Amino acid sequence: MGKDKPSRQKTKVEEPESEVKRVISLEPNIKAKIGQQLRVMYGEVVAQGVPDRFVEILKRMDEPKARDTEE
Amino acid sequence: MSSPKDVRGVMLAAVPSLRAFAISLSGNVDRADDLVQEALLRALANLDSFQPGTNMSAWLFTILRNLFRSEYRKRRREVEDVDGSYADSLTSLPEQNSRLEINEFREALKLLPPEQREALILVGGSGFSYEETAQICDCAVGTIKSRVNRARSRLAEILSIENANDFGPDRETRAVVNSDISNTRRS
Repeated sequence: MGKDKPSRQKTKVEEPESEVKRVISLEPNIKAKIGQQLRVMYGEVVAQGVPDRFVEILKRMDEPKARDTEE
Repeated sequence: MSSPKDVRGVMLAAVPSLRAFAISLSGNVDRADDLVQEALLRALANLDSFQPGTNMSAWLFTILRNLFRSEYRKRRREVEDVDGSYADSLTSLPEQNSRLEINEFREALKLLPPEQREALILVGGSGFSYEETAQICDCAVGTIKSRVNRARSRLAEILSIENANDFGPDRETRAVVNSDISNTRRS
């Protein structure tokens, strides 16, 4: 049984509760929604650009090797 | 060999994405920025171990991830942005609604096992391929694929079950989720 059940398609056959849940999670629009939320969340931070402290750190690499000991 | 200026350019360009990744790992901006700083310093100190021609961005992510993991092991999850200091730091989203939605989403992400969370974020947020993500996480491509799938399923479960009404701004999504959930609960 269930040998060639396509895992991607929503099978609207009657299934036990746990199966139903899994089908919900694979709904394409929910998957798309998760992707969108991820990108929004990520994009918010990316939009902040590069804080100065990092520009400073990377600037230092142009200077001839001097003090590496910062901490 | 690339000149220091090129390297610096690539590193600078990677910073915003590194920060986003670090914040989603640690849930805290300050900790995330420290993590990024440490990763950059470590990368600079080990530039000679970077192989020119390979993906520097993936290399930087690998370093950052390893730092996070060793730190994580040390102090588990003691403070995870309890008071939402991270959320407060963001003001750019126009709608209150999306703000709430994203905050819920972020909370849901925290409930995922770390391996699933990082895989999902690297693929869905940072935009790395499965192959690159596998390289960053030091595991097989198939493992990444299954982690991402499990992460999505789990997220959908958390978000729809805990908040079926708010998940998704469009009616369709809501309708689907609601009807399926009530079916699940009724039977």
